[in-house]
Amino acid sequence: MSDSRSCRKQWVAPHIAGLPRSGIRDFFELVNTMDEVISLGIGEPDFVSPWHIREAAIYALNRGVTHYTSNLGDLRLRRGICDYAKERFGCEYDPTCECIVTVGVSEGLDILLRAVLSPGDEVLFPSPAYVSYGPTIQMCHAVPVPVETSERNDFVVQVSELEARLTDKTRVLLLNYPNNPTGASLTREDKLILADFAVRHDLLVVSDEIYEELSYVDRSPSIASCPGMRDHAVLLNGFSKSYAMTGFRIGYALAPSSLIEAMMKIHQYSIMCASSMVQSAALEALVNGARERDAMLEEYRQRRNVIVKRLNEIGLSCFMPRGAFYVFPCIRSSGLNSVDFATRLLREKHVAVIPGTAFGASGEGFVRCSYASSMEDIQQAMDRIGEFMEELRRSGAGK
Amino acid sequence: MERSEIKGKILELLVRNGRMSSSEVGDRLELSVNEVDALIKELERDNVILGYSAIVSENGLGDKVRAIIEVEVQPERDTGFDTIAEKLGKFPEVRSMYLVSGRYDLRLEVLGNSLQEVASFVSGKLACQEGVKSTATYFMLKKYKESGIQFSQGEKNERLKIVP
Repeated sequence: MSDSRSCRKQWVAPHIAGLPRSGIRDFFELVNTMDEVISLGIGEPDFVSPWHIREAAIYALNRGVTHYTSNLGDLRLRRGICDYAKERFGCEYDPTCECIVTVGVSEGLDILLRAVLSPGDEVLFPSPAYVSYGPTIQMCHAVPVPVETSERNDFVVQVSELEARLTDKTRVLLLNYPNNPTGASLTREDKLILADFAVRHDLLVVSDEIYEELSYVDRSPSIASCPGMRDHAVLLNGFSKSYAMTGFRIGYALAPSSLIEAMMKIHQYSIMCASSMVQSAALEALVNGARERDAMLEEYRQRRNVIVKRLNEIGLSCFMPRGAFYVFPCIRSSGLNSVDFATRLLREKHVAVIPGTAFGASGEGFVRCSYASSMEDIQQAMDRIGEFMEELRRSGAGK
Repeated sequence: MERSEIKGKILELLVRNGRMSSSEVGDRLELSVNEVDALIKELERDNVILGYSAIVSENGLGDKVRAIIEVEVQPERDTGFDTIAEKLGKFPEVRSMYLVSGRYDLRLEVLGNSLQEVASFVSGKLACQEGVKSTATYFMLKKYKESGIQFSQGEKNERLKIVP
């Protein structure tokens, strides 16, 4: 580095210095320099948080709710979360000792992994996967072990593949269904099979269910409710996606009390507690949020129908997502790899999608399009992608 | 999906945007354009959909004057409020009318070209009708929200361009 202000001494710890620099950072930077981009690259709802939730936060401020809460979170909120989990996810937890309110699922995952992993431990997770899983594991001096999934199996991780990657260091199976980036989800049978695998090999299942409320197929109870999972599961969830509350940064973890106790130590020393007025807003979402949550879900479902149909018409074959707000079309028919496809689409048509490889090597040949965008934007983006493919075909690049 | 459920969803979409194309309705609900057109025809034929209109900002309507009029009426034996309501509804000045619970009976929205025009409609046509016991007129000063659409555009919705 020739930057005169850069520091010569290597202060940064090797395991942090060694974290992968996002392979698509150049792509992100390119997007940020361009105007008039239609972005299907945004992993958060386009809806603003429903007004009653925002108003609850404002009301909390007016009442002077500006102090610390219990480290675990306001007990009223924890009660609300446990009632909600029983009703919606089919599993029972004690609000006094089996629930912790976190700063989004991101913090929940971080403190959980720090609580259970020792250096050298291995964590299995289906790939393609949300971008932070690998680095969060590495920050614990542990080893990420991505396990490839494929469209052939509806992007559901197969036990045979998991068995193949199992070692005596394997400690955690980290699942994220409904899945970012593929939109895959688990049937009840899938959950039973995976739960059985985890119990047989005495693994802890960490189930990141942030997209669970955004399911377009019949939902089944959480994997945490499967036989034998009581002592083998942690359920992570939050309010960001289903209640359009990303900026509030609020989530929770449900787990046996010994794990919650351990997570609480880390949370207490590093975070203290989740923001108090935000906890008030979260409680409002749980109590009165169903109507708008369901209305947003219906809108996502309709957009999904539109975007999948149009992508298939364009010649980008597309798995019908069962949850979340992403489609993961195969772009091999373009003759381009994921990064080239996304980069050229951005430069030539000003449409941003995320290369599948951002989510792991197994994402090659795919891109992720978010349909948390207005229908006008989706339609226009599809028009432009159609033109892009047509031009590729005419220039002889496509197959 | 049940046929009635599909119709309900089509209605929801058209109430939100009366100009939504049949192909978009179809794509959203996984139906063909022909199926959508047929269902909309049915809804029109069965008088479920009675018409289509635009939600217009105040400026869009020029200098027209709007008023809400509360009308207290004497209900009639057998027909209750229906006969008088039907009679009042025939005046083109009356843009909408509801029977409501509370201190009065009918709530009318009236549109006119000027204050005088609305005032003379109330005194000359409405208040003197047989069965009308009293009226109270409220001129509308400013429109903030109509049919679920808020007129002020004060809210910003700024998102990052890329979020993994």
